[in-house]
Amino acid sequence: MTMENLKYRFDGGKPTPGVAAIVGVLGSGNLEVMVEPAALGGACEIEVSTAARGFGAIWQAVMGDFFARHRAGDIRILVNDAGATPAIVSLRLDQAIETYTAKGQMPKQMPKKEK
Amino acid sequence: MPNPTEKIWDHERQRRNQKLARAASALGASQRDKVVPADMAVQLLEAVLEPGDRVCLEGNNQKQADFLAQALTRVDPARVNKLHMLQSVLALPEHLDLYELGIAEQLDFSFSGPQAARLARMVGKGQIRIGAIHTYLELFSRYFVDLTPHVALVVAQSADAQGNLYTGPNTEDTPAIIEATAFKNGIVIAQVNELVDKVPRVDIPGDWVNFVIPSPRPHFIEPLFTRDPAQISEIQVLMAMMAIKGIYAEYGVQRLNHGIGFDTAAIELLLPTYAASLGLKGKICSHWALNPHPAMIPAIEAGFVKSIHSFGSELGMENYIAARPDVFFTGADGTMRSNRAFSQAAGHYACDLFIGSTLQIDLAGNSSTATLDRISGFGGAPNMGADAAGRRHASPAWLRAGEQARSQRPGIPRGRKLVVQMVETFREHMQPAFVAELDAWKLAESAGMPLPPVMIYGDDVTHILTEEGIANLLLCANAEEREQAIRGVAGYTEMGLGRDLRIVENLRDRGVIQRAEDLGIDKRDATRDLLAARSIKDLVRASGGLYQPPVRFRNW
Amino acid sequence: MIHSYYESSARARIAGLLDADSFHEWLFAEDRVTSPHLAILEQPAAFDDGVIIGQGSIAEKQIFIAAQEGGFMGGAVGEVHGAKIVGVLERAVRDHPAAVLLLLETGGVRLQEANAGLIAVSEVMRAILSARAAGVPVIVAIGGQYGCFGGMGIAARCASTIIMSEEGRLGLSGPEVIETARGVEEYDSRDRALVWRTVGGKHRYLLGECDMIVPDGIAAFQHAITASIEKGDDWSLAALEQEHQLLADRVKRFGACKDGRDIWRELGWADPDALAMMDNDEFVAAAQGHRAK
Repeated sequence: MTMENLKYRFDGGKPTPGVAAIVGVLGSGNLEVMVEPAALGGACEIEVSTAARGFGAIWQAVMGDFFARHRAGDIRILVNDAGATPAIVSLRLDQAIETYTAKGQMPKQMPKKEK
Repeated sequence: MPNPTEKIWDHERQRRNQKLARAASALGASQRDKVVPADMAVQLLEAVLEPGDRVCLEGNNQKQADFLAQALTRVDPARVNKLHMLQSVLALPEHLDLYELGIAEQLDFSFSGPQAARLARMVGKGQIRIGAIHTYLELFSRYFVDLTPHVALVVAQSADAQGNLYTGPNTEDTPAIIEATAFKNGIVIAQVNELVDKVPRVDIPGDWVNFVIPSPRPHFIEPLFTRDPAQISEIQVLMAMMAIKGIYAEYGVQRLNHGIGFDTAAIELLLPTYAASLGLKGKICSHWALNPHPAMIPAIEAGFVKSIHSFGSELGMENYIAARPDVFFTGADGTMRSNRAFSQAAGHYACDLFIGSTLQIDLAGNSSTATLDRISGFGGAPNMGADAAGRRHASPAWLRAGEQARSQRPGIPRGRKLVVQMVETFREHMQPAFVAELDAWKLAESAGMPLPPVMIYGDDVTHILTEEGIANLLLCANAEEREQAIRGVAGYTEMGLGRDLRIVENLRDRGVIQRAEDLGIDKRDATRDLLAARSIKDLVRASGGLYQPPVRFRNW
Repeated sequence: MIHSYYESSARARIAGLLDADSFHEWLFAEDRVTSPHLAILEQPAAFDDGVIIGQGSIAEKQIFIAAQEGGFMGGAVGEVHGAKIVGVLERAVRDHPAAVLLLLETGGVRLQEANAGLIAVSEVMRAILSARAAGVPVIVAIGGQYGCFGGMGIAARCASTIIMSEEGRLGLSGPEVIETARGVEEYDSRDRALVWRTVGGKHRYLLGECDMIVPDGIAAFQHAITASIEKGDDWSLAALEQEHQLLADRVKRFGACKDGRDIWRELGWADPDALAMMDNDEFVAAAQGHRAK
C-alpha cells in the first residue's frame, strides 16, 4: 500500500484558541483527526495522509466546506485516513474542532506537562 | 363449415388426463394415494411433462423446491425439452443447469439474486431466452392470464396422503402458483419435508394437489431478512433519525413497508428509542406489510406495532411470531401464515410509504440495482415503490403527499404514496450512489432487453434521503429544480459537486431540501448508543428468548 | 442509554471511565512519537501508535492508565506502543499511584515490527510484576471487539485483577492461529460459539481467570475498577502458591474436557447451554459455587 499525502491551506479564518485534540481511529473505513493550535496568521493548514489514492478533488471539496462551516484559523489539522467516506470525514472534522475548542474553554487547569 | 356442436371444449383437460394416466402407469404400485416415493420423482416428471410445457418451479425469495429442481435436471432431454420455466426467484444452480442440459429453453421470472452473474453470462451466450423480467405481482398476475403453468412443482413443510399441504410460516408464493395451475387443467406436484397423518393446518386443500413426494432432505431456506445490528454505522443512525423526524413524523406515516438492508434496520431499531423520545409512539409505524425482520422485535415489544402481514417468514422468528398473534397473521395451529401475493398487494395499495435502498440513482430520480454483468431482476420493490394510481381510500399521510404534489402541478384532488429512496452518497470502496447514467442502460443494451431495468421510476419517487439531507421531490416545480434537489443531497459525488449553489440554497430556503440541522437534529447525537439493540444477542434478549437466530448469526 | 464499552474507542473509554477532565495524556500526538517502522513500510501510522497513556483519577483516586486501541491494527503491540505501556508501569514504581489501569484490546505482537514487539511484550510482563512488587495494583479490563490475545494475554494474567465483560475474550493463541496450527478439525475458528466457549468472558470467569465479570457498559467497568482499587492487591507468597495450586488442580480436573461445556458441567452447571443467554446479574448469581476458584 502506498500512501498519498495531500496538503491544503485556507486563509482568512478567525483565530481559534483551543487545546490539541484527537478524534477518530485509524481503522478500516475510518480516520483519525488531530487539531492543534498553530500561529499561521489566521490560516488553517490541513495535511492528509490517506491509504486511498486518487480522491484529491473530493478531499479539496470536503475541506473547503469544513473551513466554510467553521472559519477556524490559526490551527493545524492532521488527518490519517484509512478509506473513510466523505460523510465520515466531515463528521470527524466537526467532532475534532468541537473537541479542540471545548477543551480550550475548560475552566479547570490542565495538569502541568512533565518533562 | 364445421358444426358448432362438434367443437371440443376440453382439450386441456384431456391432455391432463392423458398425462395422469401415463403417470399412473409409470408409478404403478409405488404410488399410494397421492404419495410418490422420492426415487420415482424423475419417472413422474418424465410422465407428466411434454416438450414446450410451461413449468412453474417454486423458487421463492426464501424457501426452495430444491429436491424437485434437482429431479428436473435428471429427466431425459430427449423426452422432456423446450420447457418454458416460470419462476419468482432463480436461487439455485439447478435453475440454470436446466438450460445447459437442453431441458428448458425460455424463462419468465422476477428475481435472480445469487444466480445473477451466471444468468447474464448465459443470456450473453444465447443459452437462455428471457421472456420478461417481472415484479412479483406482475408474474403472479400473468399466471392467471397468458402464462398459466401446465405443471407446478411446489414445496411445503408437510402433507397427508390426500395431498393436503401445510406450508408452515413460509407459505410465500405457493397459494398463487397452485391456484393458477390447479384450476386451469394443470398438474401440481409438491415436495414435502414430512408425510403426516394429519397436517397441523390445511394451507392448500388436497384436491388442488396431484402428487406429493416426501423429500430426502428438508427444503433449503434462506434467512434473507436478518441484519446484525452490530454492523449498523453511525451514518445510518443519522439517516434513520432524519427518516423518522423528517418524513415519518412529518406525514404521520402509520402504514408502511421497509425494504431490507442496514439503512432500514437502523430505522426499526430507533423506533423504541429516538422515535419514542419524540413522542411518536402510536402516531407512526402501526401497520406493516413486512417480513418478520428480527430488527423489529424491540419496536414490537415497546408497543409501537399493531399489525404485520408478511410475504414470507424468517428463520428463527417462528416461536416469537407464534407468541405474538396480536401482531402477526397466524393460523389455528399457532404458526404464521404468510402470502407473498397478498402482502405485495397490501404493500402496493394499503401502505402510505415505501422506503428502501438502491445502488444507483440518476438525476431524474430513477434508481436501479442492476450492474453491467449481473441480471438480478426486480422482486417486489417496484410493487411497493410505486404510486398506487388505482388507490381511492384516503389517509392523512396520503392526502398530505398529494397536496404537496398539487402545489406544483395543480389538478383534481388525489393522494400520493410516499416513495423514499435512502442511500449513502458513497457506497463501500467509494462507489458513488448518484450517477449521470444508470448502468441499467448498458445492461439493457448488452443483454438485448427492451427497456433498461429500472427498479423505482423517478416519477414515483417522492423523497431522496442521504446523510446530506432529504430532498422532497414533490415540492419541485420543474425538471430543473428536481435535478438540483437531487444534486443538493448528492454530497461529494460528481453529481453533487456539480450542483448550482444558488438554486440549491433557494431550495433549502423553501424546505425542498432539508439538512439534519434544518430538522433540529444534532449530528453528534447520531451514535450507535441510540440503537434499541446493538447485537443479535440483544435481539434475542428483547424477545425474551423466543427469537432463535440461525447459527451463523450467533456467537454462543 | 448505556454507553457500550465494547463499541467505544480507547479514547472514549478513558473519557467515560475517569473523573471528568481529570485525564492528562503523556506523549500526546503533538510530541509526534509514532512508529518508525510503519513509515518505512508505507503503512499508515497512528498519532499515538495505538495506545493512549497518561494519568487521571477515578472516584478521586489518582491512577495511571494505558488504553490500547483495537481499531488500529487490531491493537497490535509495536516498539513504541510497547514502550509506552512499559513507561506507565515503571513510572508507577516510582510515583505510587493508587493503581495502574490497563485497558487491553490486542491481537498480540505487531507483525510488521515483530522482534521489537516481542521484546516489548516481555518487558510489559516484567514491568507489571515490578509495579505489583512495589505495591501498586495493576488492574486489567478486557471488553473490546478484538479481545486480548498473544503475549498480552499472558501479560494480563500477570496483573492483580482482571475485569471482563461477556463480550470480552482472553487467550494466548487467537482462534485463527489455533486453527492454522492444529487444523480445523481440532478448532474451527469460524464457529463463533466455540470461540466464545473457549476464550469468552463467561468461560474465563468460571475458570477463575478473570476476577469480575460485568455487563457491557462503561459505567459497569468503572464500578468494577473502583471496587478493585478498594480491594487492593495480594502480592503474598501464599497467594502465589494458591494460584499455582489452582492451576495444577485445573489440569487434573478438566484435562480431559473437549469443550467449554464439558468444563461447565463438571463445575455443576446442569444446563450449560442456558448459560450463554443469561444476563450478567443472573449469571453471576448462578455462578456462586460453580466456579473453579
